[in-house]
Amino acid sequence: MRDVAIIGVGITKFGELWDKSFRALITEAGTKAILDAGIEGKDIDALFVGSMSPGRFIGQEHIGALVADSSGLHVMNIPTTRVENACASGGLALRQAYISVASGIHDIVVVGGVEKMTDVIGGEATDILAMAADQEWEAFFGVTFPALYAMIARRHMHEYGTTREQLAEVAVKNHDNGLLNPNAHFRRKITVDSVLNATMVADPLTVLDCSPISDGAAALVLAPLDKAKQYTDKIVKISGSGQASDSLALHGREDICTFKATVEAARQAYKQAGVEPKDIDFAEVHDCFTIAEILAIEDLGFVKKGEGGKATEEGRTRIDGDIPINPSGGLKAKGHPVGATGIAQAAEVVLQLRGEAGERQVKDAEIGLTHNIGGSGATCVVHILEVV
Amino acid sequence: MPMEEIGIVSYGAYIPMNRIKVEEIASTWGRNPENIKKGLRISEKSVPSPDEDVATISVTAARHALSRVDINPADIGAIFIGSESHPYAVKPTSTIVGEAIGATPELMAADYEFACKAGTAAIQNCIALVRAGMIKYGLAIGADTAQSAPGDALEYTASAGGAAFIIGKDNIIARINHTCSFATDTPDFWRREARKYPRHGGRFTGMPAYFKHITEAAKMLMTKMGTKPEDYDYAVFHQPNGKFPLTVAKMLGFREEQVQQGLLTPLIGNTYSGSSPLGLCSVLDVAKPGDRIIMVSYGSGAGSDAFDITVTDSMKNFQREKAPTVKQLIERKRYINYAVYAKYRDLLYWE
Repeated sequence: MRDVAIIGVGITKFGELWDKSFRALITEAGTKAILDAGIEGKDIDALFVGSMSPGRFIGQEHIGALVADSSGLHVMNIPTTRVENACASGGLALRQAYISVASGIHDIVVVGGVEKMTDVIGGEATDILAMAADQEWEAFFGVTFPALYAMIARRHMHEYGTTREQLAEVAVKNHDNGLLNPNAHFRRKITVDSVLNATMVADPLTVLDCSPISDGAAALVLAPLDKAKQYTDKIVKISGSGQASDSLALHGREDICTFKATVEAARQAYKQAGVEPKDIDFAEVHDCFTIAEILAIEDLGFVKKGEGGKATEEGRTRIDGDIPINPSGGLKAKGHPVGATGIAQAAEVVLQLRGEAGERQVKDAEIGLTHNIGGSGATCVVHILEVV
Repeated sequence: MPMEEIGIVSYGAYIPMNRIKVEEIASTWGRNPENIKKGLRISEKSVPSPDEDVATISVTAARHALSRVDINPADIGAIFIGSESHPYAVKPTSTIVGEAIGATPELMAADYEFACKAGTAAIQNCIALVRAGMIKYGLAIGADTAQSAPGDALEYTASAGGAAFIIGKDNIIARINHTCSFATDTPDFWRREARKYPRHGGRFTGMPAYFKHITEAAKMLMTKMGTKPEDYDYAVFHQPNGKFPLTVAKMLGFREEQVQQGLLTPLIGNTYSGSSPLGLCSVLDVAKPGDRIIMVSYGSGAGSDAFDITVTDSMKNFQREKAPTVKQLIERKRYINYAVYAKYRDLLYWE
């Protein structure tokens, strides 16, 4: 296997982008990534796109071809592949692109992630997202994602004494970071009180514990490490990639307070990169709900199981803490256009490692991690990136 | 070519007396009323009684307008009624009103629909017919008994009321200096054929819909008239809730004091086609000769009609007291609970 580098990143603004279509978003992100990498269209060997449910959000499938077409790459008849694994579609598209370059099949690959979620109204987005749960055994009985994560939160509070306020601290911290990110969906400060007093969604989670419905796209350009130097001096290498699965339904787990898919995907990535959790300088984790970030930092090994809430409350996960988590604002504040999320996480880590993250820059960042979850933990993709 | 002076000869308002408080609706659905009151800037809304509909509201508003002037109803050559809750899908409200006030049978009558701006479209068409010399007076009405699905965010605001304007050339109390419109195909809110309740695009109803159309129409009008926000004594903007009109006023550079007199939603809810027309009535209740008013309506789907209006000297002799003011109509109220509301709004089901 060859070493693989990320030589270009592109990201759109995230939010309710009424005047931007699915194809406009992914084309914008892709173009930015290509310009950032300094490559030309003719250099591109293949295209991967992660998207969760364009079929129901905008009535469009066959996304690989669509993206090639709208970006003009179809004239070269390059192979295009759409990747779907619920909210982990982006992270998985990155892994597929990585494997294709590492294997030697392709050299320069563009990988994007995109979702256009605001063309449907009201509860329809919730129903579409619920397709990532077990339709027969969960969604059919009325369970939605907020409800599943609320059950996890309740159990975590029961098992480990995690408090309602500690959950809120995740959202408060991520909104503080979002304030520093010009592309973030939400750029406003919130307080623990405002989280606690917001509209209840699924007890104990209020609307401010939940990531938003967002439009957005992100893209990366991958190249073999030995060719990366032709394009850039600021080389970021993919040093570890892991992927794992678990039961689709939450009730199939022995312990709903641990996502075994995270533990396993992280184990693979750490092993490949030859690092340990303590070596990670910062991470972009999948905080679709506040409880999910607490689970993530525990399952990734940054803190002991049960201590995620306490670590958050103590400020350890803030940008200036000892384990900065989601300096971009995370899914909570940056926004969560589901298919784009995994790619956007990697884009943020690359910017941080290059020292180009502006006001939200993590000091001395050399090794960063991305953690992208599908559903309620049935899929997890972890990548470790480092400065070469 | 000098334009003939055309304007408002008289006006009348009507608001049903039932009120339901935000607390009453919120407690029914397990919501925090303080968040809703703060978020929508509304405390209560009007509710039509079972024997009130757009026809009765329109007749009452029209009679209030007629009672303030000495006009032969037979001289009214056109009646246009804008509403999205006409009692019949097929059969005009305008003929019911025409018959009730004695304006039939030599009468152009038609019902209009353009979400919340059909009433101001009616005013524009009356102006055109008067200017063309085809009619002496035109009666333009905006009225609604607005629908909202139980539990929907609209339930806190969708209310009932209406306003009537007699448009003509003689003894006008307010000259309409100019009117213009801004319209695009923007699907922010709709109700399909035979559906009981409207649907909406949530926050999409804000920036790309309400705010864009009102600001564009207002700017178009002020550019054509060479005016600035400070040239107006009063500003009336469509008021789907208590917050939007204040926000749009700020965006355009108007002060809150210019908007306050015409801002009724916090106390009566959103009367849809009656919304900006009732706001204008409230301004005319207190305006003095020389006062200048800007009114910009908004109808989902979407469009805005903008009006530049100057109150004339005839206002001095105008018999405002012959009909109730908007303030009096707002103060004339009785509270109902959600059970009575459910009965009045036909939310109950039995076989």
